[in-house]
Amino acid sequence: MNAILKILSDNPRLSNAEIAAMTGLTEEKVGEEIAHFEKSGVICGYRTVINWDKIEHTDKVTAIIELKVTPRKDTGFEAIAEEVMGFDEVESVSLMSGGYDFSVCVTGRTFQEIALFVAKRLAPLDSVTSTTTTFVLKKYKEDGIFLSAQDDERGADVL
Amino acid sequence: MDYDSLLNATALAIPPSGIRRFFDIAAEMEDVISLSVGEPDFCTPWHVRDVAIDSLQKGRTGYSPNRGFTALCREICSYYSRRFGLDYDFKTNVVVTVGGSEAIDLAIRTLVNPGDEVLVPQPSFVCYEPIARLAGARAVPIVTRVEDEFRLTAEALKASISDRTKLLILPFPNNPTGAVMRREHLESIAEVLRGTDILVLADEIYSELTYNGQPHVSIASLEGMKERTVVVNGFSKSYAMTGWRLGYALGPEPVIAVMTKVHQYAIMCAPTTSQHAAIEALRNGDDDIIKMRDEYDMRRRLIVRGFNELGLDCFEPEGAFYVFPSIKSTGMTSEDFCERLLRKKHVAVVPGTAFGECGEGFVRVSYAYSTAHINEALRRIGQFLREEK
Repeated sequence: MNAILKILSDNPRLSNAEIAAMTGLTEEKVGEEIAHFEKSGVICGYRTVINWDKIEHTDKVTAIIELKVTPRKDTGFEAIAEEVMGFDEVESVSLMSGGYDFSVCVTGRTFQEIALFVAKRLAPLDSVTSTTTTFVLKKYKEDGIFLSAQDDERGADVL
Repeated sequence: MDYDSLLNATALAIPPSGIRRFFDIAAEMEDVISLSVGEPDFCTPWHVRDVAIDSLQKGRTGYSPNRGFTALCREICSYYSRRFGLDYDFKTNVVVTVGGSEAIDLAIRTLVNPGDEVLVPQPSFVCYEPIARLAGARAVPIVTRVEDEFRLTAEALKASISDRTKLLILPFPNNPTGAVMRREHLESIAEVLRGTDILVLADEIYSELTYNGQPHVSIASLEGMKERTVVVNGFSKSYAMTGWRLGYALGPEPVIAVMTKVHQYAIMCAPTTSQHAAIEALRNGDDDIIKMRDEYDMRRRLIVRGFNELGLDCFEPEGAFYVFPSIKSTGMTSEDFCERLLRKKHVAVVPGTAFGECGEGFVRVSYAYSTAHINEALRRIGQFLREEK
């Protein structure tokens, strides 16, 4: 794997100078490579993993919607995916193998809001033949990061 | 009862670890950012854990032969042959121990007589001197210097040899400095030792953690050195297996035979669940080592740069997972620096003096931590330095 991508996928807050030190490249070269990755769409964005459960009064509900669709004659799944991902409520869209076609992650303020979004926006779309909504009750790990702090159990007094 | 008059006088006289007090302070604090631990932050690779679990489920819970399972002895010899070009006989040249620590203890107790001198390059890990003293020997420190990148030099070695010198400890890659002895440096040491009766205890526990494309070289692989060297290694650092307590010693048959005898009476055999796991690690763990080493290497470069940017000179270590920056520019002693840093910024690092008097003016910093953790610690150290000016 490209070293810069590996480093950034673990910790995007490192500066170009720090990444340069870690990889042995020059700072300029690191800057160029990152710019190139951004321009060519390899790097699509930088986000922070937040455990919203820790923030009081944050109403945030997440659901996974299993979508079954009938692929369209010319555009197959692509056009449907584009329609679905256009909604602000939709966090992620993936085409799946197996029992259904799309896995859609949706967030909203309440269970009801999500249910309504599915009923009024997703279900009526052309090609959608069925939806199954399952709500997320608790998140433990996201993007490879543990959402509750793990204690460092290493023996602090062992040299 | 007056225990002081009853207890073994030598054991009683060994000073307790000087940093105990320091760790007690840290334990009382919340949100301490520690860069002090001496063990990997990785977990033992899953396939290794799985084999151990499987061995328990199948009820393989008995003793092994004293020297360790034959399959493990074979794998250890095969590993040393493929990694370091050293050929040992699995039947006579290896004993499996409870961590590298037991192998060090066995080797010293087996090799020294009361009155012998044991040469200990410092700064170094803390166990050699107490063990030598318990065996009735005298530990003679050899100071290694930052000017020599904390390597043992032939000159310093020669100057420390006397009629009573029995054993040289060679702890490289080094804890706490991260120093590495390359082939040419080892060659100059070997040159001094050939033709003498001085033996070598090569503590190679960090042998898989070397950087800059410089694979570890064992002094035993140099001409004429195998016959006088006991190599100590283990699974703790290479495979992130510290808690499994498994190590081994490799050496000449007469030495290993006596070490195994002592081991038999003191320990019986190393834990067998750990031995099953270790066989798997040696058979299928080479990729795990590379992954962890690459990760440490990036952190190493990050932290060396970080300290140098802060104005704390830090030579670039080529091994282990420690850096050993100089704090002389602050005018503080190592202990002072560490205690003030801990109290004011809740950052824990270890005073260089914990590893020998010559560690004064330095601190040991472990980079077995995530980059985010390292950078937060560096940020706090930067604040500390500005406030202390």
